[in-house]
Amino acid sequence: MSELVKLLPKSPTGIEGLDEILYGGIPKGRPTLVCGNAGCGKTLLAMEFLVRGATQFDEPGVFMSFEETEHDLIQNIESLGFDLTDLIARKKIVMDYVSVDLEEILETGEFDLEGLFIRLDHAINSVGAKRVVLDTVETLFSGLPNPLILRTELRRLFHWLKDKEVTAIITGEREMEKLTRHGLEEYISDCVILLDHRVTEQISTRRLRVVKYRGSTHGTNEYPFLILEDGIWVMPITTSYLEHTVSVERVSTGISQLDSMLGGKGYYHGSSIMVAGTSGTGKSCLAAHFAEAACMRGERVIYFSLEESPDQIIRNMRSIGIDLQVQVENGLLQLVSAHSSMYNLEMHLATIYKASEQFQPSIVVIDHISSYYLGDVRIEVKAMLLRLVNFFKTKGITAMLSNLVTDRNQFGHNESISTLVDTYLQLRNLEIDGESKRYLNILKSRGMAHSNRTREFNITDQGIVLLDV
Amino acid sequence: MADKTDRLTESTAQSSEASPQIWNLRLYVAGQTPKSLAAIANLKAICETHLQGEYTIEVVDLLENPQLASGDQILAIPTLVRKLPPPLRKIIGDLSNTERVLVGLDMKTSGEKE
Repeated sequence: MSELVKLLPKSPTGIEGLDEILYGGIPKGRPTLVCGNAGCGKTLLAMEFLVRGATQFDEPGVFMSFEETEHDLIQNIESLGFDLTDLIARKKIVMDYVSVDLEEILETGEFDLEGLFIRLDHAINSVGAKRVVLDTVETLFSGLPNPLILRTELRRLFHWLKDKEVTAIITGEREMEKLTRHGLEEYISDCVILLDHRVTEQISTRRLRVVKYRGSTHGTNEYPFLILEDGIWVMPITTSYLEHTVSVERVSTGISQLDSMLGGKGYYHGSSIMVAGTSGTGKSCLAAHFAEAACMRGERVIYFSLEESPDQIIRNMRSIGIDLQVQVENGLLQLVSAHSSMYNLEMHLATIYKASEQFQPSIVVIDHISSYYLGDVRIEVKAMLLRLVNFFKTKGITAMLSNLVTDRNQFGHNESISTLVDTYLQLRNLEIDGESKRYLNILKSRGMAHSNRTREFNITDQGIVLLDV
Repeated sequence: MADKTDRLTESTAQSSEASPQIWNLRLYVAGQTPKSLAAIANLKAICETHLQGEYTIEVVDLLENPQLASGDQILAIPTLVRKLPPPLRKIIGDLSNTERVLVGLDMKTSGEKE
């Protein structure tokens, strides 16, 4: 198999995550079919393939549009931060809008589509194009008479593209059970990518699947993808849990008494920590201590808050003597707020991945992950958390996930996600003799000797203070 | 062939300014293919019959001038464009079906009127 992979030359799309699924890219010098329903993102995918080709791989491209005018396309694409106008000016990309209007065209005898070939050829030659997009060529069927001639000519067109040795993306609109309205998949069979856009419970999810890739291995699952402010982003394939290197370095919790409970040194560097507790037990305080201590050592931290705004967090933590504002100003702390119901899970994951890749933190706090599932741990949430934890591990990021639990099942459903993490801290408020007391205990901490004592603590204006035993 | 059509264009170009009824037709072809040659011959015959002395034909060979294809949105070859009188009309094919050419160019009625 690997022999075959080597034999088949590929052209990287440059789209984040997609080339991994395609094991390098789409077939070089051949047409690839990208199909899906209206609004699935196929035009964008095709355009990004061209833009990345021109900017990253020194491969100029031709975009032949049968639906949107050049003006509209440029506007849509530039809203994603691609400077198409500049690329056109520098002769890296050429666009040609092909308008087909049934009203005007009457057939008076034999014809062929040589005009289209000439236009495409002219465009290819004008920039020395290596990449071509036809979006959506099937529009011809609604604009020109004689589908028989059109079929013959389209087949000739795809052969011609191969002869020109350009790497092409042909888009097609999905119709019912068929991949494309007019069966383009019969002619373009080397590589077929299907995009899908679904809306469930008012949350939209985009997915991508490689239906076919002749002569090459490819990921066969449905992969979620997002349209972000800088283009398409396909979720990375889950990395193997066992691939990452394990650190023996330790990192302080920010609370010296808690450090001593964890073998005197704190958490493992690059490990994952879950802090569980009911509302108001001090989860965020514990996270803030951890974040502040890291910043004090000059390390970078991202604090994702799914419930509170950055200002709120800063104000609340200031009241217990933790000044996060200073760390934000120092450029060591990034406070990111994203309300859980605003996006779907994938979007959250993407936000976290993206921010982590850009900011390169040594510590990430997510406060709190229970916002994702609102009481019921669904399988996809667990899968997402697993991917998240694995991602942090491969990056060597120490991750703290706080988890809001309910009084009724403090232990119950959390068991299922507690297996994802290395260290599990439990916070509790108990009422004893009319007085509310706070307790902390370490449920587990893999790979280290740790205290199994339940400790009482106070939250003071100097932060969390554990009471002496 | 190309020479002849060029001369044809030239000789009638002056009168086109003087008389507004002049038909201005542009035929797009790609090289000297049988389809192209048939279209040119068919067009001339039709014009001679229905528009004698009131037309100009411009033949554009896209193999020589590929950049001209996008201006009139040419895909199919041959394509005949009626530039004048307005509105712009487009028909495709080798023009062998005279009836459809006349309908497509809206030539029959205006031809009969004059």
